[in-house]
Amino acid sequence: MKSTMKLTLGLASAMLASTAVSNVAHAEDLTLCWAAWDPANALVELSKDFTKETGIGMKFEFVPWTNYADRFLNELNSHGKLCDLIIGDSQWIGGSAENGHYVKLNDFFDKEKISMDDFVPATVVGYSEWPKNTPNYWALPAMGDVVGWTYRKDWFSKPELQKEFKEKYGWDLGPPATFDQLKQIAEFFQKREIDGKTVYGASIYTERGSEGITMGAMDVLYSFGFQYENPKKPYEMEGFVNSEKSVKGLEFYKALYDCCTPPGASNSYMGEGVDAFKSGQVAMHMNFAFTWPGLQKDENVGGDKIGYFANPKGPDGDQFAQLGGQGISVVSYSDKQESALKYIKWFANKDVQAKWWSLGGFSCLNAVVKDPKFPASQPYAQTFLDSMAIVKDFWAEPSYAPLLQASQKRFHDYVVAGQGSAKDALDGLVKDWTQVFQDDGKM
Amino acid sequence: MLNRTADNVARATPEPLARRVRGISDKGLAWLFISPTILLLLAINIFPLFWAIYLSFTNFRANRPNEVVKNLGLANYKRILTDQDIWIAMQTTAHFVFWTILLQTVIGFTLAWLIDRKFRGHAFWTTIILVPMMLSPAVVGNFWRFLYEPQIGLFSYVISFVTGIPPTNVQMLSNVDLAPWSIIIVDTWMWTPYVMLICLAGLRSIPEYIYEAAEVDRASNWRQFWSITLPMALPFIMLAVLFRGIENFKMFDMVNLLTGGGPGSTTEVASITLKRQAFESWRTGYSSAFAIILFVAVFGLANIYVKALNKVKQR
Repeated sequence: MKSTMKLTLGLASAMLASTAVSNVAHAEDLTLCWAAWDPANALVELSKDFTKETGIGMKFEFVPWTNYADRFLNELNSHGKLCDLIIGDSQWIGGSAENGHYVKLNDFFDKEKISMDDFVPATVVGYSEWPKNTPNYWALPAMGDVVGWTYRKDWFSKPELQKEFKEKYGWDLGPPATFDQLKQIAEFFQKREIDGKTVYGASIYTERGSEGITMGAMDVLYSFGFQYENPKKPYEMEGFVNSEKSVKGLEFYKALYDCCTPPGASNSYMGEGVDAFKSGQVAMHMNFAFTWPGLQKDENVGGDKIGYFANPKGPDGDQFAQLGGQGISVVSYSDKQESALKYIKWFANKDVQAKWWSLGGFSCLNAVVKDPKFPASQPYAQTFLDSMAIVKDFWAEPSYAPLLQASQKRFHDYVVAGQGSAKDALDGLVKDWTQVFQDDGKM
Repeated sequence: MLNRTADNVARATPEPLARRVRGISDKGLAWLFISPTILLLLAINIFPLFWAIYLSFTNFRANRPNEVVKNLGLANYKRILTDQDIWIAMQTTAHFVFWTILLQTVIGFTLAWLIDRKFRGHAFWTTIILVPMMLSPAVVGNFWRFLYEPQIGLFSYVISFVTGIPPTNVQMLSNVDLAPWSIIIVDTWMWTPYVMLICLAGLRSIPEYIYEAAEVDRASNWRQFWSITLPMALPFIMLAVLFRGIENFKMFDMVNLLTGGGPGSTTEVASITLKRQAFESWRTGYSSAFAIILFVAVFGLANIYVKALNKVKQR
């Protein structure tokens, strides 16, 4: 009886002790918040090395893209302590810096000898700096991303299609160099029978709810000559946002939507685009580069069947692409800022960044992307490099949300619903954006 | 038995507490019981309402808590009432409310009238008809989105079978003209059973002897319907219209799931605009003013309607 009692007491003590120890360990855990997508899974894998090295456990809070901004901006605005580290969208940087959501990293970078010169310049401006083009850093470039295109290499290389295309358009069927060529290819494939199935020209962004149609339309508008503001006079938008070139660009995007997208593609964004391409519905597919590793591995459309190309040139030879991607920041409301900074220091390491790329993340570190072996490391690596060299981004102002909502409405009303003209849409956009900046006291 | 329990409780109550309770009047005791509920209501209903009224006169933004809050007077209200987009959203809401109520009332009443015939198996059919109402709006929205899918959706194939139009051309959610109707169809499918239930209660409340008297007077079925059934069921029909009207005026979930307000702004009802202003653009003051305007509109219309309903009842 006595020994049973001793055994019971011993077990109970051991259980209590183990609970206490695990509680101590959990108290040190860091929570990283990000979107629920393929790179997030790669980061979970990568972060195991951090735990091994430091003993600091990692927990993850991933939210689907459609709710990502709502969920985490609410969290930041309410000064929540859920996230110690956050990989926030590039457009949040202004608001998060000005509202004190992110810890400023300049002193930390100086102390740890992390230099922003070691990162791809566009990603530093896009993901880390606020105000833009000033050495004020609020994030470490974490996930490079850019809008580019995939195409069905196997369909493009069918001799009968190549012959027919050459006869019709007078040039060889292949990745387009200009947007005009892209539309010709899309028209060529629209409602064509391939392998007994009706296929369509292209999948483009048309989503209304979050940011989809803005990302897609801007991706085209930049190369047609769209500018957000007068380069010499900030916030002066008349004649820049609604310039003749911009109008042409928006008309082109609508024409592409009308002629060459699959039926019912009026609310497509990243997921719908991937579905359309994977199911063999479309010849070309506009999407962020993060989707490429998954598509490359796909049994039906990946491998030798898929090709990649950067955004083509506009009518005047300008070539730009919409920047995606994010930086990693320390949340100022976190009680574990010291551990969170340790994670950032670890993540900036060259070997970690190389592994990040190999796992399916898109590193922004020069040492990784400028490595001579990099272009051949993946079939999409060169296209990623080419695309990252031509990026432009949407407003990153603290008022980016109302600015984005205005463009979502104006673009969707014109492109998808066919209401009014491109000029009306862009004039309306100037009016809406002016109102936002006036409310902010910037005009 | 009950008395003995009460005696035991009284005896077990400590004397100081008993003295204190004895000192409270009936009114005081009543207040003691209802005060937690009142406090809760004040905290979650009344306070937010007054807080929203206050915010509606300011430029407050929930995502910028550190910014100085300025009093704007009536500027938010003026801006909303002169905003073309807001009026378009209100028109879209009115179109949606009108057609859903009309269809649901006509079909719901017809179904109730048929079910009231008490034919063989009517209980089974009543249960079947009620199924859509029992489903969650999230489930309904998602499966109708698949049904409307132009390439694989059953709805498109049925329309194609009946009309001969290729299914890929039946783009219910993408077509500007069809999208509002796609939501009206789903809402009608889901909520007609609810209207039917209320109408059925009305029909079953009509005393049988009135019809017997009408039979004696050799009134035709048509005459009985217009002179007995409809007038006596009217208060119930009006009640169903009131419930559905209020519910559909603030319709959000179905529109959000099916079209997200698109294509363009074709199906952007007032609640979607309000959500975008409040939680995506973070114009808290502006959206509070819009919410107050909507509240006053619904409250005012509902009051007028309830007065009309009472008049019908008194007839």
